[in-house]
Amino acid sequence: MAEAQLAATPSAVAADAPLLKVRGLEAWYGESHVLHGIDFDVAPGEVVTLLGRNGAGKTTTLRSIIGIMQKRRGSIAFDGVETIRLPSRAIARLGIGYCPEERGIFSSLSVHENLLLPPQVKPGGLSVEQIFELFPNLKERLASQGTKLSGGEQQMLAIGRILRTGARLLLLDEPTEGLAPVIVEQIGRTIARLKQEGFTIILVEQNFRFASTVADRHYVVEQGKVVDMIPNAELDANIDKLHAYLGV
Amino acid sequence: MFELLGIPPQALFGQLLLGLINGSFYAILSLGLAIIFGLLNIINFTHGAQYMMGAFVAWMLLNYAGVGYWWALLLAPLVVGAFGVVIERLLISRLYRLDHLYGLLLTFGLALIIQGLFRNQYGVSGLPYGIPPELTGGHNLGFMFLPNYRGWVVVASLVVCLATWFVIEKTKLGAYLRAATENPTLVQAFGINVPRLVTLTYGFGVALAALAGVLAAPIYSVNPNMGADIIIVVFAVVVIGGMGSILGSIVTGFGLGLVEGLTKVFYPEAASTVIFVIMVLVLLVKPAGLFGRNA
Repeated sequence: MAEAQLAATPSAVAADAPLLKVRGLEAWYGESHVLHGIDFDVAPGEVVTLLGRNGAGKTTTLRSIIGIMQKRRGSIAFDGVETIRLPSRAIARLGIGYCPEERGIFSSLSVHENLLLPPQVKPGGLSVEQIFELFPNLKERLASQGTKLSGGEQQMLAIGRILRTGARLLLLDEPTEGLAPVIVEQIGRTIARLKQEGFTIILVEQNFRFASTVADRHYVVEQGKVVDMIPNAELDANIDKLHAYLGV
Repeated sequence: MFELLGIPPQALFGQLLLGLINGSFYAILSLGLAIIFGLLNIINFTHGAQYMMGAFVAWMLLNYAGVGYWWALLLAPLVVGAFGVVIERLLISRLYRLDHLYGLLLTFGLALIIQGLFRNQYGVSGLPYGIPPELTGGHNLGFMFLPNYRGWVVVASLVVCLATWFVIEKTKLGAYLRAATENPTLVQAFGINVPRLVTLTYGFGVALAALAGVLAAPIYSVNPNMGADIIIVVFAVVVIGGMGSILGSIVTGFGLGLVEGLTKVFYPEAASTVIFVIMVLVLLVKPAGLFGRNA
């Protein structure tokens, strides 16, 4: 697919000054070549999803952006800074927050310690009180062991802790996976509010119905490549194509 | 005074004190090992040699530079800890992606080299290191005589162990350490410099071993083999407490020292093996150790 088409966005801002610009991204797990040249852009304040089947390379793309894929090649520019050769700690300090697929709640830390663990990397992060406004459940469970929380509460904690850091780009890997519908709705409302407050979000999702409620655009990933970009406004018109991509 | 099963109280409490002294060294050494294993996943067989180096650095400071015990308590851990940092950066850091066995073999080899160098230079007969004047003498407690220096070793060990536990369990730095022990990749992805944390943690664990060496110098003679003699017992203590468990190392270290002391009173023939018997039993019942995460 043409690069220009992939980079197309609903606003002119995205084409002119993307916050994140990924070009020719390749990544490997050991000898296994997983990403074969991923290209996409994300504009400031946008919510973008990476859709695709299991094993398509969505999670690997996020892991490459945050720098925890050891073997990666290509170009990832965040706010004009090339990050492909930086260690993950340096990438995080540029202002990227990462919420992993398995949530990454530390069992040896309390909820409070989990919440305060990531250091502030930029000014402007949410205060703990603001995070409690988003996720009131957390306030009542501060002394609990992190992994004693329900799946939904753990997801809130995983998202909440990166909001403190001042990161402007949030990478959320399957935040609704395995959660009850009522919790999925709450996560959706939270993402919508974060978008209103100016956060830029890349969301990896298999649940495109959920994705359609929060995203501006959807990139479809297949076999380690971005094969299509569907603006959310055109989702209905492309639903059959999307079904075919996702195998649903 | 009363007797317990025909044992005079002086003998009983004397052995308990000896057990507590040994337990103090077991606790500090196993604490260092647990910290290192917890974060680095390295079974640090050099630990005994680093304990010995602490005692030797104290001896050298005194004999070559006229620096006494109290300064040695500070300087020897710093010097040996810095040596540990160099070892970690130059050698151990290359093994993190490999099987545990490689780290074990490397540190075992390093221990043999270090001991060999000291043995070659200083022989094996042992070098004397005096008790500091402030801590000579003792107190008659009625049921036993308590040498001041031994009392100091127990108190100092307790303070060091509890302070270390506090830092790891109750501070932000400790939260970083615990989190990095669980998932270093994610902690790094939060912007925390995990490699530096690992290096400093190894240096701190080594410094704890050196501190134990300085504390031990006036009690045991300063000897190139002093680390090799104690390290196997300390590994048993770590296994019983639970590999990587901080609280387990402290409680088990002091507890097993006392058990060893009691065994010397009631069944001396088993004194040198009782810890290993307990280790076997614990492994059979709770393979992760008494305080291990999966216990």
